[in-house]
Amino acid sequence: MSSESHVAGHGAEPSFRQHHFINAEQQFDTSKLGMWLFLATEILMFGGLFVGYGLMQSVYPEAWVAGHHHLDRIMGAVNTVFLLCSSFTMVMAVHAASQSEKAKTVRYLLGTLVFAAGFLVIKYFEYSHKFHDGLLPGTHFSYHGGGPPQQAMFFGFYFAMTGLHGFHVVVGMALITWIMLRAMRGEFSSAYYTPVDLVGLYWHLVDLIWIYLFPLLYLVS
Amino acid sequence: MNWLREWMMPLQASEHAAKVDNLYVFILLLTSAFFVLIVYLTVLFAWKYKRRKEGVLTINFQHNLALELVWSIIPLMIVIGIFFWSFNDYAAANVAPNDALEIHVTGKKWNWTFEYPDGTRSIRSLHVPVNKPIRLIMTSEDVLHAFFIPALRIKQDVIPGRYVDLNFTATVAGKHQVFCAEYCGRDHSGMLGDLFVDSPAKYAEWLEKGDEELYKMKPADLGKMVWEMKGCNSCHTIDGSKGEGPSFKGLFGRTEKFKDGSTAVADENYIRESILNPQAKVVAGYEPVMPTFQGLLREIEIKGVIAYIKELK
Amino acid sequence: MADTVATPKAHGHGEHHDVDYLHDGSLLSWMTTVDHKKLGVMYLWSVLFMFFLGGVFALLIRMELFSSDPSKAMMDAQTYNKVFTLHGAIMVFLFIIPSIPAALGNFVLPIMLGAKDVAFPRLNLASFWVYVTGALIAVTAMVTGGVDTGWTFYTPYSTTTDGSVALMTFAAFVLGFSSILTGVNFIATVHKLRAPGMGWFKMPLFVWGMYATAIIQVLATPVLAITLLLLIMERTFGVGVFDPKLGGDPVLFQHFFWFYSHPAVYIMILPGMAIISEVIPTMSQKTFFGYKATAFSSVAIAIVSFVVWGHHMFTSGQSQLAGAIFSFLTFLVGIPSAIKVFNWITTMYKGSISLEAPMLYALMFLILFGIGGLTGLFLGAMSVDIHLHDTYFVVAHFHYVMMGSTAIAFLAGLHYWWPKMFGRMYNESAARIAAVLVFIGFNTTFLPQFLLGSRGMPRRYYNYLPEFTFLHQVSTVGSWILALGFIIMAGYLFASLRKKFDAPANPWHGRSLEWQIASPPITHNFHEVPVVTAEPYDYYRPFEPSVKGHH
Repeated sequence: MSSESHVAGHGAEPSFRQHHFINAEQQFDTSKLGMWLFLATEILMFGGLFVGYGLMQSVYPEAWVAGHHHLDRIMGAVNTVFLLCSSFTMVMAVHAASQSEKAKTVRYLLGTLVFAAGFLVIKYFEYSHKFHDGLLPGTHFSYHGGGPPQQAMFFGFYFAMTGLHGFHVVVGMALITWIMLRAMRGEFSSAYYTPVDLVGLYWHLVDLIWIYLFPLLYLVS
Repeated sequence: MNWLREWMMPLQASEHAAKVDNLYVFILLLTSAFFVLIVYLTVLFAWKYKRRKEGVLTINFQHNLALELVWSIIPLMIVIGIFFWSFNDYAAANVAPNDALEIHVTGKKWNWTFEYPDGTRSIRSLHVPVNKPIRLIMTSEDVLHAFFIPALRIKQDVIPGRYVDLNFTATVAGKHQVFCAEYCGRDHSGMLGDLFVDSPAKYAEWLEKGDEELYKMKPADLGKMVWEMKGCNSCHTIDGSKGEGPSFKGLFGRTEKFKDGSTAVADENYIRESILNPQAKVVAGYEPVMPTFQGLLREIEIKGVIAYIKELK
Repeated sequence: MADTVATPKAHGHGEHHDVDYLHDGSLLSWMTTVDHKKLGVMYLWSVLFMFFLGGVFALLIRMELFSSDPSKAMMDAQTYNKVFTLHGAIMVFLFIIPSIPAALGNFVLPIMLGAKDVAFPRLNLASFWVYVTGALIAVTAMVTGGVDTGWTFYTPYSTTTDGSVALMTFAAFVLGFSSILTGVNFIATVHKLRAPGMGWFKMPLFVWGMYATAIIQVLATPVLAITLLLLIMERTFGVGVFDPKLGGDPVLFQHFFWFYSHPAVYIMILPGMAIISEVIPTMSQKTFFGYKATAFSSVAIAIVSFVVWGHHMFTSGQSQLAGAIFSFLTFLVGIPSAIKVFNWITTMYKGSISLEAPMLYALMFLILFGIGGLTGLFLGAMSVDIHLHDTYFVVAHFHYVMMGSTAIAFLAGLHYWWPKMFGRMYNESAARIAAVLVFIGFNTTFLPQFLLGSRGMPRRYYNYLPEFTFLHQVSTVGSWILALGFIIMAGYLFASLRKKFDAPANPWHGRSLEWQIASPPITHNFHEVPVVTAEPYDYYRPFEPSVKGHH
C-alpha cells in the first residue's frame, strides 16, 4: 500500500521533499508538529520567568508598583499595537503564500518587518531612558528618586523579560527576512509554503508573549 | 532487631531517634524481603530457563489480571502505610512545647555560634540540659548550611535572611557529634561541633564558668584548643603561611604595619584588642573580615590564646 | 527479492545506497552528516569520552577519601570540591542525559520505526554540535578557575564563590538546548515517521521509553534554561532574586532547579528501563509480559515526575503541608517502577534465556535497580529522610539508580546493539569477565556507603571522622575493581573494531526491525519501506519478517 504511494511519489518528485519522508504531506505535518513542540518549550521558558516575577511581586508589592511607574505606558501600548498589526500582516502573508500570490506575500512580509522594526525603535528609546535614569538591574541600580530598594529586582525582571523577548523579535526579523528573500525567488506556492507557515507560528508566539508582558510589567496594580 | 539498629545507626539520644529507627528497621526488613524475592526469582528463572536449544518457540504469556492487581495493590498499600507512619513522626518532631529553652544558632563559614537566653555565647559547642525541650532558632550569615545531629536523627537547612526552627529533647547525657550537612565551600567538612547534653546542675554551672577543664589546663594548651575549637585556625596559620589573617607564628613582639599607615608592637594588649575589637587595627594586606569575639571567649581563654601565640616563635 | 532502491533526489552528500553507512562518504563528511546512525556513533564516542573523564574524577575522589589523615591528603580541600563538582556535572550533563537517547536512541529509534531517518535530520546535526559546544564551554570553565559549587549550583553559594561558575552554568544551559532538540526530534519521529502497519502498540518498548523521555526533555529543560539564565544574571548583574541580602529567596532557586532536575532523574532512568524492556524479551525469546502496562507506566512516570521535586527539599524549610504532598506523590511514582520490575521478571518465566553479555547486564540491572529503587523508600519517608538527607546514604542511593541502573542499562544496550552499529562481534568471554568485575566493583564501592550514610557521614566532605575510615577504604578498593572492569571492556570493544565485519544481521534472534536489516545497516536503513504486520515480541510463533529486500 504505502510502497505504492512511495513509488508514485517517486515519479513526480517535488524538489522540496526530503528523502526520509514518504510524501510532502507527511513532511508538512511533521514540520508543523516540530514547530508546536518548539513553541511549547518557549512558553515554558518564559513561564519560568513569569512564575519568578509573580512570586517576587507577591513578596514586594510596593516595589513592583513603584517600579512600574517608571515605565512609559504610552510607549508600551504603541508597541502592543505594532505587534498586533505585525501579526495581522503575518497572517495575510501566510494566506497569500498559500494562494501562490508572490508579490502579495513579499509585501505583507515587508509590512511585518516594518512593524517589528518600529517595535525595536520604541524599545530602544525606552531602554535608553532607563539607562539614563539609572533604572538598571540589581546592584547596577543607581536611581536617586527614592522608593523601595527592591525596585532593583523589578528592573532585573524587566530587563530579563523584555530583553529575552526583544532577542526573540530580532531572531524573528532575521527569519522573516530569510523567507522574504525565498519568496522573492519564487520558492513558495500553494503546494509548498511550510517555512512561511512555521515562521508565522513563531511570530504569533512572539506577539503572544508580549500580550502577557505588557499588562504584567506596565499595568501593575 | 537491636543489633541491626546498633550496627547501622548512631547512638539513640532522644525518643524521636528511637521512632525514626523503628521505621528505618521496618523499611529495611520489608525492602530486604522484596529484594530477596527479586533476586530469588531473577536467579531462579535465569538458571531454570537457560537456553538449551536454539530456535525454540516459547509460550504466549502476556497478561494475568490477578497477578498484576496483586503486585500493584500490595505495594501501593504498603507505601501509603509508610507515608502515614513517617509523616506522623515528622509532624510530632516539629512541635515545640511552650516551655522550650530557646537557643539561637548562627552558621557562618565555617563555624557554628550559639547564643543562650542569658546572653552567654559559645562557638562550636552547644550545651543543653538533659530531658528539656530545646528550640533552636537558626539562621546563616552567608550561604546555606545545615545543622545535623545524627544522634538525634534531626537535620535542618540554615538559610541566610530567614529564621528556621529545630526542636528536640535529648534524653541521653554526654557528647554528641554535630555536622554541617549542606555543602558550604572550602572547610565544609571542618564545620563540626559538639552537642553537650548535661544534667541541669552541670548546665547551670557551665553557663556560669565555662568548662571546668579550662582551669586545669596549661595556658598555652588552652590557647591551642581555643585556636582549634573556636575556628581561629580557619584564618590564622601557625606555620607562617598566609591565611585570611596574619599567621600566629612569630607574631608576638613583631612590629605590625596597619592599613592606615600606623604601626604597633604586637604585645598582650594588642592581641587582646584584636580579639575583642578586630576592626580597630587592621594589618596592611588583609581585609577587615574578622568577627568580634566579645562575649564568646572567657577571660581565661583570651589569656590562653596570648600564651599560645607567645610560644609560637 | 526485488531490490528496488528508493532513490530520492534531495538528500545530497553523494551517498551510495547499498554501501554500509560506515563506509559511505569520507571521514570529513561525518562532520556535516545528517545520517542519524553516524550522529548516533559520534554521540557514542563523545559520551564515552565524557564517561571516561567523569570516571577519572570519580577515582580521584575515592583516592582522596582513602585516608582521613590530613598529612596523607592528595589534594587540598578546594581542589577536592572542584573535583567532585566536575565529576557530578560531567556525569549528569555530558554523560548520562545524552548517553542512551542521543547515542543509542539516535541510532536505533528510526530503524525500529521503519524510518530512514529522524524527523529533522539537520536539527539532529545541530543538536550534536550544540552538545560539542556545550562540552567545550564546560572544559573551558574547568581550566579557567574551575567550579566548586556542586553540580546543583545552590544559591547563594554559587552566586558568591570564585571560579568559572557563570561559564559552567552557561555550558549546562547550552547542553539543555541540545537535549531539547533531541526530544523534539524523537517526539515528531514517533508521531509521524512510523512505517505502514507500525501502530502505537506495535512499537518496541524502547521506543515508548524514548518517547516518554522526550516529553520530559521538551517540557522540563526550558525551565532549567531559564533558571540557569537567572543564575548567570544574578552573578553578572546582582539582580538579587536568589540573594537574601538583596531581598531575594535562595530556596526559590532550589524549587526552580528541582522542578527540572527531578524530571531529569527520569530523563536518566526511563531510557535505561527502555533498554531493559528490549533486551530481556529478546534474550529470553519470550513475549513481553504486560506490554501496555509498561508502555503506559513510562508515560505515567514522565507526568508524575513533574510534581515530586519537593522531596529533595524536606530539610530546606518548605512548609510541612508541601513536604507531605511531595512525600505522598513520591511514594506513588514508585509504584509504576515496581510494576516494571515485576513485568521484566515475569517476562523471563518459561523463556529460552541466553546468558550472553547483554543479558548479564540486564540481570545486573534488575538487582541493582532493585536496591536503588527500594532504598528510595527510606528517602521518601519524611522522618527517616531528615536523618539520611545529604548523607552518603543518598549518594549510594542515586549511584545505584544513575550508575547501577542507567549506566548498566546503557552497557546492556551497548553490548546488544554493538554488532548492529559496527558490524563486529566482541569477545564474549572477555565481556563476561568484565561484567562480573563491574558488578563486584560497583557493589563494593557503593554498598558500604549506605552504612556510612545511616551512621551519619555527610556527603561532599573532604575529610571525615576516624570512625568512618574502614568503610571509606572498602569503597575506594571497590572503585579500583570497577575501573579494572571498564579497562577490560575498553580493550575488547576496541579490539573488535580492528576486525573485518563478522556480525550476523541478527545475532540475538530479535524480531524488531533493526534485526531485519544488515549489520552494519546501509545508509538509508531499508531498501524498501517495510510493512509491519507482526508484534514486536511474538516469540511464541514462527518469525515473519516485515522487511523485504534483504538477504
